[in-house]
Amino acid sequence: MIIKILGPGCTNCVNLERVTREAVADLGIAATIEKVTDYPTIAGFGVMSTPGLVVDGKVILSGRVPTAAHVRELLAPLAS
Amino acid sequence: MSIAERLRPTTATRRWAGLGAAAVVWTVLYAVNLPLWSWLVYDVVGLDPASRLGSGVHFFVYDSVKILLLLVGIIFLVTVLRSFMSVERTRALLGGRREGVGNVMAAGLGVVTPFCSCSAVPAFIGFVAAGVPVGVTLSFLIASPLVNEVAIALLFGLFGLGPTLLYVGAGLVIAIVAGYVLGRLKVERWIEPFVFETRLGGQVIDSTAGLTWDDRIQMGIEEVATILRKIWPYLLVGIGLGAAIHGWAPEDFFTRYAGAGNPFAVLIAVLIGIPLYSNAAGIMPLVEALHDNGLPMGTLLAFMMAVVALSLPELILLRRVLKPPLIATFVAVTGTGIVAVGYLFNAVLG
Repeated sequence: MIIKILGPGCTNCVNLERVTREAVADLGIAATIEKVTDYPTIAGFGVMSTPGLVVDGKVILSGRVPTAAHVRELLAPLAS
Repeated sequence: MSIAERLRPTTATRRWAGLGAAAVVWTVLYAVNLPLWSWLVYDVVGLDPASRLGSGVHFFVYDSVKILLLLVGIIFLVTVLRSFMSVERTRALLGGRREGVGNVMAAGLGVVTPFCSCSAVPAFIGFVAAGVPVGVTLSFLIASPLVNEVAIALLFGLFGLGPTLLYVGAGLVIAIVAGYVLGRLKVERWIEPFVFETRLGGQVIDSTAGLTWDDRIQMGIEEVATILRKIWPYLLVGIGLGAAIHGWAPEDFFTRYAGAGNPFAVLIAVLIGIPLYSNAAGIMPLVEALHDNGLPMGTLLAFMMAVVALSLPELILLRRVLKPPLIATFVAVTGTGIVAVGYLFNAVLG
């Protein structure tokens, strides 16, 4: 699974990365987490409010920092 | 575990009962704030209400609690209400609008759409790439920080309905006119070319789609915590300065230099306000104290608008998509609007 965190490096993006790492560790899934800070690429995903969370090329969340529990719920079905 | 996770209710009854209880506690605290501090500061500690120290200390504690309560209540309400709007929905509403009508809609939507200025660049690209005219997009980007929910809340709490309506109306007019003027100037040549080359891929997901009431309440609580964590130093400094001005500044100190008698007061206030970076919450206690000291409302509103609408960090962000001539024009047009509004209010309010 390839997870991308979209955001120019603001506090929200750092927080999203933290909760995502937590969720991935909790679920025990193999995933690479990449940061995307480049604006054209972020906009190319159709994301207008950062931070954004992209899993295997698909945007699953944008505009807010979810809880680790929420990220777990989102990732669990995608991992299998 | 976050605050909201710990507070997460288990049933709908508990959720609404919890909210109701919070509203009652809030109302009681707001009602006892003034008598409680008057009693503590003047009767228990024994400070003289007429003395500088007495009125300064009283102002500091009373104002801190009042502003804190207003912020908690209003940020929570606004966040929950705004969770029904999203940048994605706003863009869909603005797509294909002509200038003029588009500018008016964009300014209005800028006020009600939840938007963080850290998203200014992706939103700008997203709007322009979807065919929203540049001037209309700029109306949105000007209105969003200028007509600020925290400022509305505090103005209403500290000065009442009149100044609040003036502020909202003026902010909307500035955003509409500035966006329209910038659109007329054919500013496309001053936008980084990559913006027009960006192709929107992927499906657009609505950032607020599928939220439950629990989610919205949770977002409200988180937002209150986030904003308070961010602004409390500004708030304390602002209230401290306010208290100092209240107790110690010579009666006519500010009115002599920045009062109605100085024709350049508004211009100077705006020029000072542009590089200053604070938020409405930090600036408002200061505005209240300066107003009590006799500064005219127009000058103060212009100062506040310059501080919240034009900030160096946001301009540096926008530089990624706007070339320097457009940044300069943006600041000049918006700044001129704010100055005009300041003079107008001073003239109207006398």
